[in-house]
Amino acid sequence: MATKSLKAIGHQLAQTQKQLDLLQSGPFKEGELPLFKDKIAQTGQFPLRAKTLEILQINMGYMCNQVCAHCHVDAGPDRKEIMNRETMQQCLGVIAQTGAHTLDLTGGAPEMNPDFRWFIEAASAAGVKDFIVRSNLTIIRANKKYHDLPEFFAKHGVHVVSSMPHYTQGKTDKQRGDGVFNASIEALKMLNKVGYGMPGSDLKLDLVYNPSGAYLPGDQAALEKDFKKALDADFGIQFNALFAITNLPISRFLDYLVASGNFEDYMYALVDAYNPAAVAGVMCTNTLSVSWDGYLYDCDFNQMLGLKVASKARHIKDYDTSLLEGREVVISQHCYGCTAGAGSSCQGTVA
Amino acid sequence: MDNNYYDPADLRKFGKISEWAPELGEKFFDYYNSVFKEGALSAREKSLIALAVAHVVKCPYCIDAYTKDGLQKGITKEEMMEAVHAGAAIESGATLVHGVQMMNKYNKLSM
Repeated sequence: MATKSLKAIGHQLAQTQKQLDLLQSGPFKEGELPLFKDKIAQTGQFPLRAKTLEILQINMGYMCNQVCAHCHVDAGPDRKEIMNRETMQQCLGVIAQTGAHTLDLTGGAPEMNPDFRWFIEAASAAGVKDFIVRSNLTIIRANKKYHDLPEFFAKHGVHVVSSMPHYTQGKTDKQRGDGVFNASIEALKMLNKVGYGMPGSDLKLDLVYNPSGAYLPGDQAALEKDFKKALDADFGIQFNALFAITNLPISRFLDYLVASGNFEDYMYALVDAYNPAAVAGVMCTNTLSVSWDGYLYDCDFNQMLGLKVASKARHIKDYDTSLLEGREVVISQHCYGCTAGAGSSCQGTVA
Repeated sequence: MDNNYYDPADLRKFGKISEWAPELGEKFFDYYNSVFKEGALSAREKSLIALAVAHVVKCPYCIDAYTKDGLQKGITKEEMMEAVHAGAAIESGATLVHGVQMMNKYNKLSM
């Protein structure tokens, strides 16, 4: 299991251009597989355009207590990119001036940002009702200073979305690191204890399932049923919904695909599973991703590929609805990950 | 054409069999897709049956396909291996039960 980010070891795939080159190579270069823009053009869906902003997804920094094998952020303890208060204030300004109703906080481990609680309190005071925190769960157990996070989340009605690749220890630890499964189970019990995911409670706890390997997620509803049954029977754990999210060929997952000889097959699988109905619901049409340093991207994946929005307003301080609404979404072949099968987004399937 | 009977890349060309017999191909794939839908048996259970049969008929394409299908459905490796054993047990049982025929014949021919 890796303990350092690709960036820290100087891996060539830490360079976004190398990743973008790979996404144009092999079967795409030889014309065996269509480019994403040509594929969506076949159904009259090119160019993809952003609609009204509903969700501001804020990447609070790439620092994380875990170094997951599939992480598209290349997050880890050695990443020092952290959003500061000034940028957070600019995000709050955008929420105030637009109809965006949801703040979706991600990372890294967003809780590791020293201003994480300040931000939620400030946003809460500013009237934001819908918060999503994408928590890796183990952070709650990682250090005493995080033990009261479940109570803090509950106080502000934060909607907790947590990663859980499998309901068995072996598969979870293989993807996310030794000990992650047990720590996650403990954290889930703590969340249940304050009311998260419990029947009749308003506190929402959803789980995210990413495949632990070079295959696509199966049927979301069937997986949810299996997870619910197993987590309840084995640990008495309750949760609301399971989001099945496809791994996109970016960063560490891309490195894994190439190193394991699965890259070509995986791209074929994504293209074979292309579903035009999923294109209509892709998250880049109602979400804007903000990086730790305030730049704007169509999604968190584009952020990791260094693909800023195609607009004159490229930074949160320059946010302008008239420039950003209707902008053409920047795409490449990684986008097939969001249109495969029932589609994939940070809120699970879309079609 | 390569000098191999089996090429893993051929699996994704499976659909091409319809090109030379469209009606039959279409009927086959319709049937195939219907079989694996959720029914009295779950799609998960059918995937494990398919994996066991894939081993018994020793189809490398089917083994690749249903190992991946099992992973997609969250089936564990322990479940997959037990399914393979179920197939293997029936296959070896099918061989061994013919031992009764051998015994019958032996007894008939012997004084």
